[in-house]
Amino acid sequence: MKEQEPRWADLAISTLLRAGVITSVTIVLLGLVLTFIHHPRYVTSHTALRELTDPKGHYPHGLEAVRDQALDGRGEGLVMVGLLLLIATPVARVAFSIAVFSIEKDGTYVVITIIVLLLLATSFVLGAAG
Amino acid sequence: MTPLLFVLAVGAISFAAGTLGSLLGLGGGVIVVPALTLLLGIDIRLAIGASIISVIATSSGAAAAYVRDRLANLRVAMFLELGTTSGAITGAWVAGMLHPRWLFVLFGVILAYSAVAMLRGRRVAREAHHHEQRLAKRLALAASYYDDARGAEVEYEPTRPMLGLVLMYLAGVVSGLLGIGSGVLKVPAMDLAMELPIKVSTATSNFMIGVTAAASAALFFARGQIDPFIAAPVAIGVLIGAFTGSKLLGRLSNRTLRVAFVIVLIVVSVQMLIKGLRG
Repeated sequence: MKEQEPRWADLAISTLLRAGVITSVTIVLLGLVLTFIHHPRYVTSHTALRELTDPKGHYPHGLEAVRDQALDGRGEGLVMVGLLLLIATPVARVAFSIAVFSIEKDGTYVVITIIVLLLLATSFVLGAAG
Repeated sequence: MTPLLFVLAVGAISFAAGTLGSLLGLGGGVIVVPALTLLLGIDIRLAIGASIISVIATSSGAAAAYVRDRLANLRVAMFLELGTTSGAITGAWVAGMLHPRWLFVLFGVILAYSAVAMLRGRRVAREAHHHEQRLAKRLALAASYYDDARGAEVEYEPTRPMLGLVLMYLAGVVSGLLGIGSGVLKVPAMDLAMELPIKVSTATSNFMIGVTAAASAALFFARGQIDPFIAAPVAIGVLIGAFTGSKLLGRLSNRTLRVAFVIVLIVVSVQMLIKGLRG
């Protein structure tokens, strides 16, 4: 038997995932390059790494801080925007699957996928609260 | 070490983690965490934050190829995600009440058992309950994929979906409790309970782990455990690795894949036992 053509639903989900990871990692890469351009001493300094990997570091970790830094054109902010987009990709995949299963008129899986998305939302809310 | 050298080293390690992870259905934390903490002296909390990024990048990068190639079973994944996501919530809920030490020991023992079970292979023709088979039919889990190594279309019919769901719930609890990717538990559950071909198990696990990790990632981000300077080279290296690995999976033989997975199971099992017994 010859290799079959991929189904449209598989292709659609595959394309969404690919677009998500490529976009987010490109932004991460740009942010990383920008960080080195703004701080040329990172190429040669032997002490800078300690500051950069300090667990009590100064990197942004609130949504507002990330947004402000990214708008300022700071490399770290841009990296964080890319990482957040990366984190959002699997969630977007679940949401998108609901549409795919509805188009396929697959009621059982529409329900299953909606429950998964609700469970995910719950864990995000619990995470934000905890 | 200069920051530039650090970025290059982390990128190279992550490339290896992404390649291995995409082949075996794991997120690469097995490699990323020890490499960052032991080799590069990074704080464990930041290393775990970076490894969650590694899981998501491996998952989405590899799954993009596996879904298209029909190696990942979308329906099996969606059905089992009911278990992993609800398990992860339970795990996060009870995390404060239990001492992680004994969980690591328990987890190590479970993995060692899975390694032995997977190595022995399946007993032939175990009778599945009728209602289980009815459920598998109702969920339309049966599918087929084109196996490059054999050069043939392989049809398969997953068995015992309820047992699979319960095991996935437990895998989810473990991820929620211990903050580790649960690919090492997902693959044996699909392999032993649902009797999927090993390639389908690792590809489907890859597809699923990103969702479990995304929920924890939000928490790590809010806690400030995601350091952009560490996570950036991890994300880039892992994604290139995952793209590379996902081109290889179809061509590897099932036997090679199974042996490689068992070796990783043993390594993680020992890591967990040491962690638990040392306290």
